[in-house]
Amino acid sequence: MMNNAPNPPDPVTANPAAADSAAVHATALTVTRGPRQVLRGLDFDVPRGQITGLLGPSGCGKSTLMRAIVGTQAKVTGTLDVLGLPAGHATLRSRIGYVTQAPSVYDDLSVRQNLDYFAAILDPGREAADRRHENVTHAISDVDLTSHADALAGNLSGGQRSRVSLAVALLGTPELLVLDEPTVGLDPVLRRDLWQLFHTIGADRGATLLVSSHVMDEAERCHRLLLMREGEILADDTPDALRAQTGADTVETAFLHLVDQAIKAGSHQPRKESAR
Amino acid sequence: MSTTTTPRTSPAASSAPSAINLARTTATATRVLRQLCHDPRTIALMILIPCLMLLLLRYVFDGSPRTFDSIGASLLGIFPLITMFLVTSIATLRERTSGTLERLLAMPLGKGDLIAGYALAFGAVAVVQSVLATGLAVWALGLDVTGSAWLLLLVALLDALLGTALGLFVSAFASSEFQAVQFMPAVIFPQLLLCGLFTPRPAMHPVLEGISNVLPMSYAVDGMNEVLKHTDITTDFVRDSLIVAACALLVLTLGAATLRRRTT
Repeated sequence: MMNNAPNPPDPVTANPAAADSAAVHATALTVTRGPRQVLRGLDFDVPRGQITGLLGPSGCGKSTLMRAIVGTQAKVTGTLDVLGLPAGHATLRSRIGYVTQAPSVYDDLSVRQNLDYFAAILDPGREAADRRHENVTHAISDVDLTSHADALAGNLSGGQRSRVSLAVALLGTPELLVLDEPTVGLDPVLRRDLWQLFHTIGADRGATLLVSSHVMDEAERCHRLLLMREGEILADDTPDALRAQTGADTVETAFLHLVDQAIKAGSHQPRKESAR
Repeated sequence: MSTTTTPRTSPAASSAPSAINLARTTATATRVLRQLCHDPRTIALMILIPCLMLLLLRYVFDGSPRTFDSIGASLLGIFPLITMFLVTSIATLRERTSGTLERLLAMPLGKGDLIAGYALAFGAVAVVQSVLATGLAVWALGLDVTGSAWLLLLVALLDALLGTALGLFVSAFASSEFQAVQFMPAVIFPQLLLCGLFTPRPAMHPVLEGISNVLPMSYAVDGMNEVLKHTDITTDFVRDSLIVAACALLVLTLGAATLRRRTT
């Protein structure tokens, strides 16, 4: 990362307005991986204190966008401000909770030991031990794993492991939670419970949530939606507005309608370009 | 604001493994040791194999105790290096492939904290391993050491640190456990052949001797032999130990550079 970073402007003075407005603000955001442009000049805002759903088929760039926001993606160009600071800024690391798509926990540690360790990284020192213990217990009960607290993560089911991974992100009361497909492979009851938990976190802590999914029925549970396809944003609106705009009953139909439109527009574009 | 096309990598997210946070380092070391505690078989293998090999060696050279002395002392330095190399390269590789490394680096954890945590944890294991192996060799198997057994232990520890450093470094170039394990013969065997264990280094072809002069394990074995032959701390011993320690630190720093917060 040292080699691709000419000094960016001083983050605080550079964009004071962004601190109050959006949780994430992107202008001309582009990410290249190898020869391919994975994200192509995205412009969008993620409002604070709301649940924004990031939806689109797999491979459309959702995970890359999330990695760019949490600051683990290389070769990011354009403007990307997170909580008023450039993405990847060191002070953001304790303000963002990030859950990767594959559960990233230590399989050879128990649930509680996993959380103890990550809590010690977020809130180190002996004085904080009591607070950490409380946070850990709370996070375990938030994801409904209290009865499995002493089980090895490697012995848990897939859904349980992804909940351990989610619990790690709930430690330290982050202002922005970036959740990459947190409900994939979970049963309907658990999915409902987790969405309730997301809404509780949003309401109680005033936290902003960015949740990706390729299951369209989850879109209805979000305040706002970013619909993505092939590295571009198709739509950025509320679920109601999307349905109204396309005259569709569900977000899924609305999405398909927008995809068809995009394909039609795309088939016209090459002709326009060659005419130039 | 400024140009919109600048890569927006943060300034403070910089990479230097500069300030080490003690609490985060010990938390990391504790975590690594806890992981090991859930894997008693690995602990048993790490601790018992050097002892068994020394025992075997003792009876292989039953007729020539002097050979056992020199090879035994060298092995006391080589075992911790190989064990820690293997354990660290696999552990770090797992950390990279399981996504926990990405998660940690998205958290306020310094790279120095992570590396020092690993070095601390595996250093502690190396102490146990070396104490048992050295104790067994010196008191039970009659390894004839002129110098202090403590100095043997010191060199063994430095070797363990070097092994940790090398393991951490090569894990960056391995994308699977298969590759990581294959780095063992690639990185360790040439050093093993050239370190003076089989032929004294001055008796080798000048080219090979020249190569052996730049390989850290040569100095680890030389250091062990200094303790074997001299009662006091010789300048050669100090030089050898410093070279091993410096190599370990250098490779650890290189290893830190391979941990990147941003990956493609």
